Amino acid sequence: MHSEKAYQDPDLCRALLQRLKNTLDGRSLRFMEVCGTHTVAIFQSGLRSLLPTEVTHLSGPGCPVCVTHDAEVAAFLDLAERDSLILATFGDLLRVPGPGGRSLKHAKAMGARVEMVYSPLDALRLAMAHPGDMVVFLGIGFETTAPAVAATLRTARERGIGNFCVFSLHKLVPPALRTLLEDTENNIEAFLLPGHVSTILGVEPYAFLAQEYHVPGVIGGFEPADILLALCRMAECLQKPSVVNAYPRAVDNAGNSRARALLEEVFQPSDALWRGLGRIAQSGLALRPQYADMDAVQRLGISLPHVPPLPGCRCGDVLKGRIAPPQCPLFAKKCTPSEPVGPCMVSTEGSCAAYYKYTER
Amino acid sequence: MESCLLLDAGSGGRASQRLVKQCFLQQFANPLLERMDDAALLADLKGALAMSTDSYTVTPLFFAGGSIGSLAVHGTVNDVSMLGARPRYLSCGFILEEGLPLETLEQVVADMAVASRKANVPIVTGDTKVVPRGACDKMFINTTGIGEIFTANPPSGHNARPGDAVLVSGAVGDHGLTIMGSREGLSFLTDVATDSAPLNHMVAEILAAVGDVHVLRDPTRGGLATTLTEIAEQSQVGIELDETSIPVHEAVRNGCSFLGLDPLYLANEGKCICILPEAKAADALAAMRRSPYGQEAVCVGRVVAGRPQVTLRTRIGGQRLLGMLEGAQLPRIC
Repeated sequence: MHSEKAYQDPDLCRALLQRLKNTLDGRSLRFMEVCGTHTVAIFQSGLRSLLPTEVTHLSGPGCPVCVTHDAEVAAFLDLAERDSLILATFGDLLRVPGPGGRSLKHAKAMGARVEMVYSPLDALRLAMAHPGDMVVFLGIGFETTAPAVAATLRTARERGIGNFCVFSLHKLVPPALRTLLEDTENNIEAFLLPGHVSTILGVEPYAFLAQEYHVPGVIGGFEPADILLALCRMAECLQKPSVVNAYPRAVDNAGNSRARALLEEVFQPSDALWRGLGRIAQSGLALRPQYADMDAVQRLGISLPHVPPLPGCRCGDVLKGRIAPPQCPLFAKKCTPSEPVGPCMVSTEGSCAAYYKYTER
Repeated sequence: MESCLLLDAGSGGRASQRLVKQCFLQQFANPLLERMDDAALLADLKGALAMSTDSYTVTPLFFAGGSIGSLAVHGTVNDVSMLGARPRYLSCGFILEEGLPLETLEQVVADMAVASRKANVPIVTGDTKVVPRGACDKMFINTTGIGEIFTANPPSGHNARPGDAVLVSGAVGDHGLTIMGSREGLSFLTDVATDSAPLNHMVAEILAAVGDVHVLRDPTRGGLATTLTEIAEQSQVGIELDETSIPVHEAVRNGCSFLGLDPLYLANEGKCICILPEAKAADALAAMRRSPYGQEAVCVGRVVAGRPQVTLRTRIGGQRLLGMLEGAQLPRIC
């Protein structure tokens, strides 16, 4: 990890910024990142304030909390109120407001058994410690998080732990990119592809970006120089789009086949609801039939209720890059980190929260 | 005595007395406490007084470099010190959960005793309650501190002025990351320990060296960024920080980078922020560095006229706003 410091070197960053300007040569570049860690890194490092004016940074559907659909939120809020059940979740989901302003935090204060965990294995441990209760883990996150959930399910199976199941709300990145590009109004010229997700996927699953949509995609790391290098590569291939791995120190072009095999063993692609993007075919992960007994949807009979959209909330347009957070009428007025209306303001990785936290108003 | 606490121990009868004598009196040993009256008689306090109270509920009770016991002493000693006061006496109240192993209590009390001796601030009165299992989480401690103000113009968050320098007594983020690491069993965080320490002697050194200062604050919960934002708002000034000058230990930086946390928002328990006229900065830094807890003291920024906010000039030369922490910092999930 020590070498990471080299990627924060101001001289290196200045040189890369110059290279980016030279390559663009006055042309504009409207790129979208689809990873919450990129969102935060771009703001936190101050990189955003240094980008040439020709470059427009869009923050896409890369925060797992933000893309969780209202119907999914309503479903897990209902679940929290059932008896003899402990809901285990990553902390960010606690504050996501659902219909009527309810949240898991409120449910917890009113007596629901909601436990914050840092890994799915913690949730399994919770199940082992409470054999009389059903522990339901809320599986959210993309290709990076899902393998750990798969491994946990396999462990639960091996150990014969019967009181553990997963409500899988996992989502897959490539189908969402396709949906974003299908809608030409979104006007995305290039993607900064997520470094973490790509460690699992490798390069090939993104090939369609260039081949079918003529949009370049560059896999980038998270230090300022990583991101700048990715932007340079993006600018360089605007004319002749391709998919490039600009983060080879972490991402193998072939990805992580063991993790993918694990995903394959436990999950199968399914249609999924995304906030802002709607239903996307084969963009979610459902548990395979041989894991049906650990599938919360089947075991507990969960169905996604119809939920009317939150009035006034434009998280969907933010996630598609159609508007920047300050263009939402609720931003910093009715919707703030202390009283979020939409999920993009809840998660620290949400674009609205990042705008609110890091930029002057 | 029993090996774990029974409800009897909080009854006020013989069982309570045994606990007080064997556990607290022996460790805290001082004549004011030993009188065992309903209150401690403090006959030697002079001038204006500073008083502060804080409750400690940290989980786990023990962590690298400290425990709830040492924290309960340092935290209150430091709060009193930040008013430019010399902390003189502490009280402590324990709320204990039935069934708590006595050994655990003894260890915590021993840590408090050591911390109180090190700070040279005795614990002169106290209270113990034992509550039924489940009514509290193992042990909560409240301490109240009282101190004598020895400056003509006590420092305050309202006193930062344009042209002031912003000093920090050392590296930030150690305590917050340590607690998170030990709470969640993050075994890779091997090189971090709490910075929990008494700052009263350092504060006395600073004030002796440079006279009055404008602001003294310990950036506990919410970290350096939240505390400085509070000061900017209280004083209606801008604060500009330089990221490269803010000390963060390598292990903390790496742990934060791995977990997606910002060390500027992590709690500290042994650091102080000192804001004072630029001309006094060098002497104040020298005074800080004379303390074992201020070896890494540095100037991290300046106070400017303008909007009441904190801006950070980042390592790569960019700028960003440092706001207040909203709720707890959570490790990233993707």
